[in-house]
Formats: sequence, C-alpha cells, structure tokens
Amino acid sequence: MESLKVKGRIFDIQRYSVHDGPGIRTVVFLKGCFLRCKWCCNPESQNFNSEVMKVAGKDKVIGRDVTVEEVLEAVLRDRSYYFKSGGGVTLSGGEVLFQPDFTVALLKTFKENGLHTAIESSSFAKFETIERLLPYLDLYLMDIKHMDSAKHKAYTSQPNERILENAKHIAASGTSLIIRVPVIPGFNDTEEEIKAIASFTESLGTVEEIHLLPYHRLGQDKYEGLGRGYDLMGIEPLKEEDMEKLKQVVVRNTRLKCQIGG
Amino acid sequence: MAKYYVGSITKSDRIEKLKEDLFANMPVIEADRAILLTESYKQTEHEPIIMRRAKAFAHILKNIPITIRDNELIVGSSTKAPRGCQVFPEFSFEWLEAEFDTIATRSADPFYIADETKAQLHEVYTYWKGKTTSELAASYMAPEALKAIDHNIFTVGNYFYNGVGHVTVQYDKVLAIGYEGIIQEAKEELAKCHVYDEDYITKSQLLNAIILSCEAVIEYAERYARLALSLADECQDINRKKELLYIAQNCVNVPRKGATSFYEACQSFWFVQMLLQVESSGHSISPGRFDQYMYPYFKKDMEEGNITRELAQELMDCIWVKLNDLNKARDAASAEGFAGYSLFQNLIAGGQDADGNDATNDLSFMCIEASMHVMLPQPSLSVRVWNKTPHEFLIKAAELTRTGIGLPAYYNDEVIIPSLTNRGLTLADARDYNIIGCVEPQKAGKTEGWHDAAFFNMCRPLELTFSSGMDKGVLVGVQTKDVTQMTTFEEFYDAYKTQMNYLIGLLVNADNAIDVAHAKRCPLPFLSCMVDDCIKRGKTVQEGGAIYNFTGPQGFGIANVADSLYAIKKLVFEDKKVTMTEFKKALEENYGQPEGRVEELTKAVLEDLMAQGAKITEEDIAKICAVTLEEVKNNPNKKRYEELLDRIDELPKFGNDIEEVDLFARDVAYTYTRPLETFKNPRGGQFQAGLYPVSANVPLGKQTGATPDGRLKGKPVADGVSPTAGKDVNGPTATANSVSKLDHYIASNGTLFNQKFHPSALKGREGLEKFVALIRTYFEQKGSHVQFNVVNRETLLDAQQNPENYKNLVVRVAGYSALFTTLSRSLQDDIINRTEQGF
Repeated sequence: MESLKVKGRIFDIQRYSVHDGPGIRTVVFLKGCFLRCKWCCNPESQNFNSEVMKVAGKDKVIGRDVTVEEVLEAVLRDRSYYFKSGGGVTLSGGEVLFQPDFTVALLKTFKENGLHTAIESSSFAKFETIERLLPYLDLYLMDIKHMDSAKHKAYTSQPNERILENAKHIAASGTSLIIRVPVIPGFNDTEEEIKAIASFTESLGTVEEIHLLPYHRLGQDKYEGLGRGYDLMGIEPLKEEDMEKLKQVVVRNTRLKCQIGG
Repeated sequence: MAKYYVGSITKSDRIEKLKEDLFANMPVIEADRAILLTESYKQTEHEPIIMRRAKAFAHILKNIPITIRDNELIVGSSTKAPRGCQVFPEFSFEWLEAEFDTIATRSADPFYIADETKAQLHEVYTYWKGKTTSELAASYMAPEALKAIDHNIFTVGNYFYNGVGHVTVQYDKVLAIGYEGIIQEAKEELAKCHVYDEDYITKSQLLNAIILSCEAVIEYAERYARLALSLADECQDINRKKELLYIAQNCVNVPRKGATSFYEACQSFWFVQMLLQVESSGHSISPGRFDQYMYPYFKKDMEEGNITRELAQELMDCIWVKLNDLNKARDAASAEGFAGYSLFQNLIAGGQDADGNDATNDLSFMCIEASMHVMLPQPSLSVRVWNKTPHEFLIKAAELTRTGIGLPAYYNDEVIIPSLTNRGLTLADARDYNIIGCVEPQKAGKTEGWHDAAFFNMCRPLELTFSSGMDKGVLVGVQTKDVTQMTTFEEFYDAYKTQMNYLIGLLVNADNAIDVAHAKRCPLPFLSCMVDDCIKRGKTVQEGGAIYNFTGPQGFGIANVADSLYAIKKLVFEDKKVTMTEFKKALEENYGQPEGRVEELTKAVLEDLMAQGAKITEEDIAKICAVTLEEVKNNPNKKRYEELLDRIDELPKFGNDIEEVDLFARDVAYTYTRPLETFKNPRGGQFQAGLYPVSANVPLGKQTGATPDGRLKGKPVADGVSPTAGKDVNGPTATANSVSKLDHYIASNGTLFNQKFHPSALKGREGLEKFVALIRTYFEQKGSHVQFNVVNRETLLDAQQNPENYKNLVVRVAGYSALFTTLSRSLQDDIINRTEQGF
C-alpha cells in the first residue's frame, strides 16, 4: 500500500487522551507549525527541524521521522479502547497542515482501518490543502483565537483572515466541525472578545459546538529546556468562575453548545 | 418501573455523628478478652483442645464488657472504646510485650495502652509462655526454612503471629435459621454418631463444642437486649427510647432465630461479623456477597411496605461505620506491611449468580451509595464485572472511584470464574465467588483458603543468584555457578530458577508448619459451624473440614525481576556492553551511591581489625570513617556506574505495552506460580500463587539490595503486577495492555493492579463513560483486577505536610483503602511517586 510508506515527522504519540475528541483517543503530534502563539504549551512542536530540549536535566531529541505504517502500529494498540468508548485517533501538532501529504496518508490509512479520525488545526493554509483531508476526516477541531486580525498577528505571528475564510469553507463542506478557543488572559478573555468569536461560529451555520479551553502553564518548563524565553511568564490561569462567566456569555448570546475544556 | 433504583438516597444525620465518635480518640488496647481467655484455659487444662476453645469463647462472651454507643441502630462492640482492640495471647504475645512502650508512638498504626492494661497483660502472659501457635509453628519448621525467613527471603509473619481469618462464612445460613437452627443441625448430626465410629471421638467433641459456642452467642445477644432495655428505661429522648426498644427486640430475636425483617437481618449479620473476630484474631473476615444474601429480606420488606429505601440505606450505612469500629494491633513490622488499621473486610457487589444470570440488584447500588455516604476505608468495597453487568452500575461505581476514596476495586468474572474451576471448584460455586481481603477469590462458606499465607520477595533469589546462594556469609540458597563464569543468558536464568525452586520449597515448609500448629492449638468451632462440610465431616476448618482447601502465598517484585533479567540479557549477553563481573560489582556497591555505604565499609574494616585482636579507640573509628568517606566519594567506578544506570534506564521496561519485555514478565511470573502449584497443604489442599503485595513492597524493599533494573538498595520493590513506580510512561491503556499480558489465570489467589488518576480524567458524565470503557477493555483483555487512586499529587504532598487537615483523606494502598495520614512516611512517598495518569 502506497500510503503506508509515506514519511513524516512527529514528536510524540500520546495514548489515553480523553480531552481531544470523543471517547478514548490516541493523539499523534506532528512537528512544525505556521504560527508562533505566545501561550503555546508545545513550543517544541513549532520548528519543523528536530531539536534538542532539556527534560529533567537530560538532553532529549525532539522530532522523529516515521512512516505511516509505524504510526498505525502504535495507534492500533489501543483499538479495543476506541471501540468500547467511541474514541479514535486525533492528529495534532504542531500543525497537521504543515505536512499535508503525511497527514492525508495517515487519515486515509486510519479510515481504511475503521478508526474514527479527528484533527486539531489552526487551519492556516490554502483551502485546497485542507480540502484534500476532508474525505478521510470525521471531526475537525479548529482553533479560532481572535476576531481582530492585528491582535491575532501580535500574539500568533500571523493574521486571521485566511483562517476565518477557511472556517466558512470547512463548515460548508459538511464535515463535522467544532470550534475551540484557547482562553488566554490579557489576549482574548474579555466578554466582548469571546462573544465575537461565538457569534462568528454561530454564523457558520453548521457548527453546533464551541469549547473554551482554559490557559494553563504546563508548557513553561519546555521553554527553558529549549533555551527560549516565555513571554507569558507570571500570567495566572483564569479562575474557574471566570471561565464559567465566559461560558455564560456564549450560552446567552448564541444557541451553541458550549463546554469548558476539551 | 426501572429494573434498578440508580438515583442517590438521602444520607441520615446519624452517620456523621457515629463517625465523629468513632474517630475522636486514638485507638486503645483492652485486656478483657485476654484475661477471660486465660481464666478459662486455666480451668480446662486437661480437656480436649476443641472443648477448651469453645469454653473459653463462651466464658469471654458471658463476661466481656458490652456497650451500646450513642446513636447506634446496629449494636455489638468487641471493645468498650471505639476502634479499640482486644488481645489474642494464644497466637503470640512476645511482640506486644516488647512493644508496650513504643506502640503508642510508632509511625504506622499506633495504639494507646494504659499502664493498668500493661500490668494485666503482663500477668496473663506468664501463663502463655510455651503454649502459643507461633511457638509450636517455629518448632515444626525446618532449620533451612527458619534461616530463609531470617534472611528475608519470605515472611510468614501474618499467620505466624495471628489467627488466620481470611474467610467468608455462611451468613445466609445464620440469617435463615439462626443459631438455634445450627444447634439443631449439630444435634441431629450428633444423634447419627455411634460411640464405635472411627471418628466418634473428634466428631462428637466438635459438635458439642459447636453447640456450646452457638448457645454462648445467643446469650451474648441477650445481654445486649437487656442493656438496650435498661438504657431505654433511663432514656429521656422519646425517639432514642423507641430505637433502644427496637434494638432490644432485635437482639432477643437474632441471631437466635432466622431474621424476619431487613433490620433483623442487618443486626444478625453484624453479630456474626463481629463475633468471628472475637473468637480468633484473624483479619480479612470478609462479608462477601452482602447484596445477595441480604436481598430477600430487603425485597420482602419493600414489597410489604415495612421499610423505606432511606431507612434501609441508613441501616446499611450504620453497618459500614461499624465495620470501622473493629480494629487489630499488629507487631511493628506487620503494621507497616498492612498499614492503615485495616481489617480488609471485603464486601462485594454485583456479578452473576450460580446459574450464570446477572445478579446485580438494588442493594448492589446501595452498597456503593453506603460507601459514598460513609467515606471510610472499611468495608473494602469491591464490584464484580462481567459482560452483562448493567452499564449504570459501573457508572455508579465510577462515581465512587471519582471521590478519590480508592474504592471500589473492580474484579473480572470472565477471568476469575475459569481460574477457580481450574482449581477444582464446581462451575456453580465459581460463579458465586467473592473476594477475601485484598484480591483473593473463593467460594463463601465452603473454603479455607489461607489466602495471605506469606510474602515472597522474588528479588531476593535474584540477589542469591549473583552470590551463588550466599547471604551475609551464610549459605541460604543453592550453590549455583559463579555468575561471572556464565556464558549464556539461559544459564543465568536457570540459576535463578534453581534458587526460586529451592526457596519456594522452604516457603511451603514454613506455611505447612504454621498450618499444623493452628490445627493443634487453635481450632475454631464457632467459625467452623458456618463453613461446609465441617459439621458433617466432624472437623474444624483448621483440620480440613472445609470443602475447598488452599494455601495462597503471594509473590511480589515481578516488574523488578523482569526488568532486571531483561537488562542482564540485553547488556551482558546480547549487546555485551557490560561484563557480568562489572554488573555484579555495581550491585554490590549499590551503583556507587553513597547512602549507607560508608557505614557498611567502616563496619567491615572494624570487624576485620577486631578479629585480628586490635584495640580500637574512638579516634580510630573517626579515622576509618574519614577514609571510607573519601573512598566512597572517589569511587573510581562512579562514572562507569552512572553510565550503566543510564544504559539500564534506556532499556524498555515492563508496563509500556512493549511485547518483548511484557512477555518476559509473563515468563518471570511463572518462575513463582508454576512451582508453587505443585505443592500440597496439610488440609489436603493445593498451593496457589497470588501476585500482590498489600503494602509490604515498601518495608520488604528495605531489605533488598540493589537490583539490575537500576533499583537502588532499600528502595521499594514493584507493587503487585503493577509496573515499577514511575516506569510506566505510556499511559494507562499501555500499562493495562502490559499487565493483561501476564497469566492471570494461574495466579488464582489474586493479582493486583493499581492505577492512579488525576481527577480531571473522570470529569463529567463523559469522563465516567471513558473510565468505564477503560475498565471494560482491560477486562476484555483478561485482566483480573484493577483499582484506582484518584487524587492529585499536590493534595498528597500537602497532606504529608499538614496531616491535621487531612484526617479523613482515604487513599488506596495496594488492595485496600487506608487513611493516608496514618501511613508511614515512606509509604506515603511511594503513593505520591506512582505515575499520575491522565492529566
């Protein structure tokens, strides 16, 4: 089979993920990203090149070239857990659209093996690229970070027009789509900002669900391990009640189903 | 109408009051039982042992102080003080006398003991010198076995010092016909005996002893009836007065007669449960399938409108509190191994009936509800799971798991039933199994399983392989070939198996010696009248009266031995990265780690000097210390050892779903389970292995040198069939896949698999659904048991720092739940260090 031999670069495979789509899932993290989000909890995912990160005082090489076949082997290990729980496999990153050939080959192979497929993506790419994966995709988890393009660029290194445009196309394609918003203090945690994203989401027409993902700083050590600075140093995660307030903003202003966390 | 009531049920205010009173004070040791027992023994010197036991039991029940605590609905306490414990000098006493002055201040399970009690016990003990089961057992043991115990290969301390316990009796029989019914049964059997029968003497004695014991129990309940009446007389509170009068009536009716209501059934159950623990000092006296044998009484009362669901729940909650009122003092070493004041009273809900239908009922749900209401470690609540277990039942169980109390433990019918039929149980009996103590399956009322017969440390024979059987200058194992001369891994593995086979034989000798000692000195007529076929056979369970007889000593450290053997195979024989000589030296020098090494070397030098007759001054010692300190610091091999540890670290480890190492672990487990099942016990039964450590993996790890898996000297060994703490890094499904690759059928005395979850993994209904799917899938892959700790690391660290804020924090410790703050520091550390899954 042609697809099985396709190669790509990943930096982790995480089993028993319960917050990245329905059921028990395995998440495959692809390396390389178009954006540089200041809050990114996987900074080692951003460069496509392999790199060395200090983990608990020891050097660890981040980035591994693998074939689709190798990924499949790892993913199938938990097949019975997916079937019992209605789970499957989720591709994440990095950015899955950074390695489109690899991503298409992976998804196609997963579908051939009867697995439920999902991706987590910023959708910062040409729609023609995205279109190639849609036939093999059961669930699209798409990030929308901000409706203001300038602010989006300031915090993620790229403007948002292409992303928003893609959202419309994906929604129109009939692929099941959930919008996810990383809620970052000082960036997009006001009621107005969340309301704007929620209204846009509702305007897509076919989207029923939005997830508000609370900021966490679990990635902070990795910046140090990579010898990089962490721009959000000292920022406190939002309190549970503040997240709840934002959820209520969504619920009051749209007919969307909203949940906190994945 | 729905098949089951799955909603929550209101909790009575009474429960918190009962709990507060229970935990107000440090538990106390009381002397009444020991004094009464000794009084009776002195009067029966020349009588048969079985009658002496029955008479002593009767004398105790007639005279021991009784009490009804405030707010109780179910009565019967073995001590005056809540959570107090009685003393059982007929099994052993020296340890307690030696610990009189330290038992109140020790770190694991302290007890208060008054000076007056000490004096009374001291007096009692003068009688028991030379008369205990432990002294007799020691005299029976082979010298090699005693030596192996001395050298910490295995420990048989549990039954050596205590009664056996570890049984589930026919509660259903007592509920149905009462002790009058059992007396009748014994009398009918007696009438069938002829003086010329070959077993007349022993059988008639036992039947008379049973009759005497049952009569004593009936009279004991009547004492409670009278006490309740007199308390009612004095009581000003009209509601409490009514309750006391109800209690009095109950204690007149049961356990004398069969129960006629759910309330009576609860009271009758309790007398059985408590009095078994007055007759003998054993723990793990397990209520078993409470939801099954209590159900007819619940159903009838509900149908006839005699009881509300709320009252039935309140009565069950009261029993759940009472199960925490019973207590037991163990010697300091055992207290660490069984930490948390636990009595391991395992109560199980759900599963299938003898015909193979699902047996889950309303009471199964209410058992889980009771643990949610009471939130205490006892009973050790278990649930049975099979393909037809109702989904809602598992969701309810998962809700209890989510509270972080460490309950329930989940058991897989699909593995346990065939593992029991493989041991000779009928299919109907196997389907009706329950769990004893931690994880040990058996059929209630027909089994003497001797389930917790020893801890066998599988790492120690590995050490002996390196030393050709020598330990501290003495030959303890077999003189196998010098490892540095070995040329293949098979040769090394065979040497390990040789050590194992020899030492397992010694373990069997030690267990059988204790077994015979119990039969000779402490047969138990009261217990035996509720286990088939003791009455018909005319034998106590100690003498082989039960239908099914087993001895189940458990092995632990599988993950360490598997990872160790794999490291040797890979590094020494395949990749040739390290020589055996180097590896051996690395282990001797604890990989160059300084801890304890200075003391060790200094001591060796001093001993040498003294042997040569040298006089040693304090100055000399200081000088030698300084030299050894320098030597340890400048160990020329230090860098090499660090490299070795890194190499070991890079090897694949058991618990990560890696076929090669996992199948290796499966094979390593056979080095214990297969030889063991070839041996027989004196009751005519078979040995069967368990693979679970209770909490002994921590103290016994202290007695274990460095192992080739990179584990340092003195560190805990792996717990049960779980991977080495912190080595399972691929998440819970990978760990579960690995563990399910072991052969759980052959370890028919139970296996134990701990997983620890962060609460976020169980968030919301969806979290529960995923959690249940995880359990179902693990069980589909033929895992036998799994239990969960759901707490976060921060909570545990904070609890360590501020124990006063966490008096109620319950965590599961290898097979049972305990109050975290009562555990020793090192055990707390072990729990904290287990990989936290699923953030």
